[in-house]
Amino acid sequence: MTIPLSTSSTGQMEPYLRMEGISKSFGGVPVLDDVKLQVNRGEVHALTGENGAGKSTLMKILAGIHQKDEGRIYLNGNLVDIRSPREAIRLGISMIHQELNPVRDMTVCQNIFLGREPYSRLTRVVDSRKEKEQTRRLFGEMDISVEPDEKMGNLSVAEMQMVEIAKAVSYSSNIIIMDEPTSAITGKEVAKLFEMISGLKAKGIAVIYISHKMDEIFTICDTITVLRDGRYIDTRQAKEFDRDTLVSRMVGREIKDLFPKSNTERGPVTLEVEGLTQSGVFDNISFKAHKGEVLGLSGLMGAGRSEVVETIFGLRGSDGGTIRVNGKEAKIKSPADAIRHGVALITDDRKMKGLNLTASVRDNISLVNLKAFSRFGQVIRLKKENQTADEEIKKFRIKARDRYQPVGTLSGGTQQKVVLSKWLLNNPEIIILDEPTRGIDVGAKAEIYGIISRLAETGKTIVMVSSELPEILGLCDRVIVLYHGRISGEFERKDFDQERIIKAAMGNPDGATIHFMN
Amino acid sequence: METPTDELKVTGNDTAAVLSPADRRIEKLRRAGRFFSKYGIYFALVLLVAVLAVISPPFFTAANLIDILRQISVIGILAVGQTVVIITAGIDLSVGSILALSAVMAASFAHPGQYPLIVPLMVGLGAGLVCGALNGFLIAKSKLAPFIVTLGMMTAARGMALVYTSGRPVFNLSNAYDTIGTGYFAGIPLPVVIFVMVILGGIFLLHYTRFGRYVYAVGGNELAAKVSGISTEKILIYVYILQGVLAGVAGVVLSSRVMSASPALGEGYELDAIAAAVIGGTSLMGGVGTITGTVVGALIIGVMNNGLDMLNVSSYWQQIVKGAIIVLAVLLDKKSKGKA
Ligand SMILES: Nc1ncnc2c1ncn2[C@@H]1O[C@H](COP(=O)(O)OP(=O)(O)OP(=O)(O)O)[C@@H](O)[C@H]1O
Ligand SMILES: [Mg+2]
Repeated sequence: MTIPLSTSSTGQMEPYLRMEGISKSFGGVPVLDDVKLQVNRGEVHALTGENGAGKSTLMKILAGIHQKDEGRIYLNGNLVDIRSPREAIRLGISMIHQELNPVRDMTVCQNIFLGREPYSRLTRVVDSRKEKEQTRRLFGEMDISVEPDEKMGNLSVAEMQMVEIAKAVSYSSNIIIMDEPTSAITGKEVAKLFEMISGLKAKGIAVIYISHKMDEIFTICDTITVLRDGRYIDTRQAKEFDRDTLVSRMVGREIKDLFPKSNTERGPVTLEVEGLTQSGVFDNISFKAHKGEVLGLSGLMGAGRSEVVETIFGLRGSDGGTIRVNGKEAKIKSPADAIRHGVALITDDRKMKGLNLTASVRDNISLVNLKAFSRFGQVIRLKKENQTADEEIKKFRIKARDRYQPVGTLSGGTQQKVVLSKWLLNNPEIIILDEPTRGIDVGAKAEIYGIISRLAETGKTIVMVSSELPEILGLCDRVIVLYHGRISGEFERKDFDQERIIKAAMGNPDGATIHFMN
Repeated sequence: METPTDELKVTGNDTAAVLSPADRRIEKLRRAGRFFSKYGIYFALVLLVAVLAVISPPFFTAANLIDILRQISVIGILAVGQTVVIITAGIDLSVGSILALSAVMAASFAHPGQYPLIVPLMVGLGAGLVCGALNGFLIAKSKLAPFIVTLGMMTAARGMALVYTSGRPVFNLSNAYDTIGTGYFAGIPLPVVIFVMVILGGIFLLHYTRFGRYVYAVGGNELAAKVSGISTEKILIYVYILQGVLAGVAGVVLSSRVMSASPALGEGYELDAIAAAVIGGTSLMGGVGTITGTVVGALIIGVMNNGLDMLNVSSYWQQIVKGAIIVLAVLLDKKSKGKA
């Protein structure tokens, strides 16, 4: 250890990063109020708090995306003024963003080298061979099986997330901010990420880790800082916290009974899928879902779960197979057809498929259901619409200034609640949820689990795609496991067994198990 | 005990309730700032009118102000349609040409003693409708970029107008037809009356109907709109039809005002219509824009033209000023929204 550059008044060693008295408001509404954060070299520091607590905003200030209204940032004891993302990168700060934001029309390696393309010395043009080579090497180190030439827009959310992680790591920074890096990836990838984080730590790099997944926080984090409502609450060693105290510090109240599962009568079959096939993606998928049942679709990333439900919903075409709703064949060629048959799909990619980010909370909530708010089918009853929007905002505890706030300016988890509200408002009979709690805080998760259970109790059919095994185990009556586009297992609730489900997801019922996060 | 609803209130409207008096003053200033950035374009118009009224007294007379309205009515009608198109993240470059085609076709049925007035009107609007529908189908069904499709239509429709008239203006129009452009209703020129009706119709359509909401949804995120069960293709087709019909209306108004229909009518009008929408805060990225903003945008252009005329500024200089104002308006708009 070299001589510390400076020491604070308490005689402790100066941390590598010190943020102090940070305040920030958007359009007059305070979002951060006198927040502090201290992170040492070689430390994995968890930043926790409910949706809208201000975690992403604080980190965006550090990464030069937002400008703080007040406060000071010290790096290595030196006061710094971070005015742009470029400057943050120059200071050795890189960030994996919660809302993935790649250039979709560019290739994977062009995205990785965006803004720092290697130039050929001779011709002064971008050296795309070098780009590709370095990308391949980077992916090799991280076990990512994505072609550097692939268009970014063709990747799944999970693959995009891995590419973003690789990109952030490739900057050789001193501080890497990871804002919910595991929201779209599962088992193997998460294990890989943790391995990488350990490597970064050993190199003395500081990692700031934001996640709503408690297990992850307690697995890899050394220190935990809690924010609530834009205010600093606490910082402690991870071992001084236990799960319950951490949650209550975050939420300011206690969460009991995360999975309020009640036994409901299994009614008649409402949704029947037979031999559904899309060549190269999934093959011969058949299952039945019942009224009053929560049916889980489990599997690893890339197993084809999202593709199956998107096909049922008419978002993708199929190469064969039939879908029956309430015993009658349903020709679903577009989402409009599916909605007419009483089917709703809460998609996994809220930014791309779920929301109109420039529109208000109200306009998003009422969109699917607009006809019901209209006189003569066309003229919107604004009063009724406003009233309903306000009710929904209260019901889902959507943290918005008012119903007119553009959805794009809400926190990630809050956006997810808007998507849920928008679809449930239509009162569908068959509700397909694709990763419904992605990016949602513990308190809200409990609320959403409660909502799902209640929907099943009232006789709805629920099909839930989830990569979080506890969620599947806690909530589902039955689970179907997919592996490489085929059904590799089916389990009734009474036979639920974590090991066997994981094995089915790996496609080798007798093979070795691997570490399955969460 | 803090309940979540309490928390909501703190971040809600009554922020001032938890602030000290000093904070409250700052908050007031902030609010004024927000108000200004939201309505900045309105202030700009008021400022412009005030300045012109002071330096050129004849500017601020009822007669002149009504004259300005009449001058902008044709561009304004096009701009209302353009706003709707741009909100869907599209653009329509063909409105000037469609205007000309509608005008010459309508006029050719409007000679004295030939047909009742309704015939030329229907022909004019019909021509616009057909052109708009063609635009809409090509854009929605074959997924061609609106810029390309309407660029093609801009050339083709102008060509058709020239072919139809053999390149010569259509003269000798009936009195009834000419009245549309030159007549008055309760002291207000009929073109202005038509413009106001189009504005009201546009506001109603965009802000009070399901169709209008879908227009914003398609422009904001087309895929999400589709997932929500909206037939995005149908919306796009209707939007371009609407724009085509409005170009037809503009063609009738303009040809009846000048009492002749030249195939060269409306050249360059598409750019003025786009400028009005953009100055008024409509985003070329789609999903954002209002009719009132566009009307203010059209007024700014009109007031500026008129004022500079009165000050005897040459039309060459006027173009330079207009260009600068367009860029400035968008810059200001970006600045005020970029913070959010
Ligand atoms: N650009 C913006 N304009 C207005 N308000 C904003 C903007 N960005 C964030 N906010 C508000 O700031 C608050 C904090 O948001 P932030 O994204 O930092 O939360 P978070 O802690 O990251 O939540 P999550 O866990 O849901 O990601 C939210 O109430 C959000 O609505
Ligand atoms: Mg966040």
